[in-house]
Amino acid sequence: MSARSAIAVVAVLALVGLLTFGLLSKGSSGLALGEAAPASPLPRLEGGGSGSLADYRGRWVLVNFWASWCVPCREEAPALERFQRRHADADFTVLGIDSRDLSGDGRAFVERFGLTYPQLRDGDGDAAAEYGTTGVPENFLVDPRGRVRLLVRGPVSEEYLDRYVAPLLPGGRS
Amino acid sequence: MRRRGLLVPLVAALALLTPAGTMAAAPQTSVSEISSEVMCPVCGTLLELAESPQAKRQKVFIARLVAEGRSKEQVKDALVAEYGTEVLALPQGSGFDLSAYLVPVIAFVIALVALAIGILRWRRAGDPPGGEGPASAAAGPSASDSERLDADLARYDL
Repeated sequence: MSARSAIAVVAVLALVGLLTFGLLSKGSSGLALGEAAPASPLPRLEGGGSGSLADYRGRWVLVNFWASWCVPCREEAPALERFQRRHADADFTVLGIDSRDLSGDGRAFVERFGLTYPQLRDGDGDAAAEYGTTGVPENFLVDPRGRVRLLVRGPVSEEYLDRYVAPLLPGGRS
Repeated sequence: MRRRGLLVPLVAALALLTPAGTMAAAPQTSVSEISSEVMCPVCGTLLELAESPQAKRQKVFIARLVAEGRSKEQVKDALVAEYGTEVLALPQGSGFDLSAYLVPVIAFVIALVALAIGILRWRRAGDPPGGEGPASAAAGPSASDSERLDADLARYDL
């Protein structure tokens, strides 16, 4: 192989490598039902330290991506809180993830709506990207084995939670 | 007494020029300056071009820090603490981001070298084998050309 051919091959390989890197760095297209939910550790929104979905393995978890600037999130938060209060003793919790938001605004949001369920912080949006979210709010019901059982790309209402989530919980009550 | 009369306005003028007291909280940068160098993480555009609710919150956050007298770098550090390094519009000068600055320079140098090699080859290809200049210039006009030239000049002889 001549020097010119070698240079051409190297240039083509470099170009293909760059394109591949670009495609891979875009991240996955999103979670599908039955897939394992990402459980990367994230800082807690309040109180310091970190937490993860893995901390709740063995329980049903409704992972709720939200942000304080998001209007549908404000409408959804009271419904989530009421559902949490009714089902907290059924091996279930809502796990809020405040995504691409200012931490101060996020904490004010939690206080304003009196949210008692655990909250993690995803300032850079990496966790949201791992879940393949396209915005906020988005909700993922994760079973005790860590698999996604329900997925809602948008806000959930109390009616939706009672109809689709409650029957899956231990006791199956709404 | 006259000296003292001159001293008072001088001290007053210096006091106006000296950055003390009130200057400690004076803005060192502006929202627009920072907005042109950071991203709106949700919109994926420069913050100065973004009008989303998240962008508005981000601008308010920057305005508050600017009003506190924080420097541009301090405000940027605070934004990185909130949103991660992806909030910075300009690549950092370290790690993988360094390639954003190095690759164009390396590509430019390679292009210059390739151009120089190309010009050298092109000039060599134009040279006659073993000669220093064009063949026609070294040999001069042929006999028939000289006769034709003389004839033409004779016709124009006034």
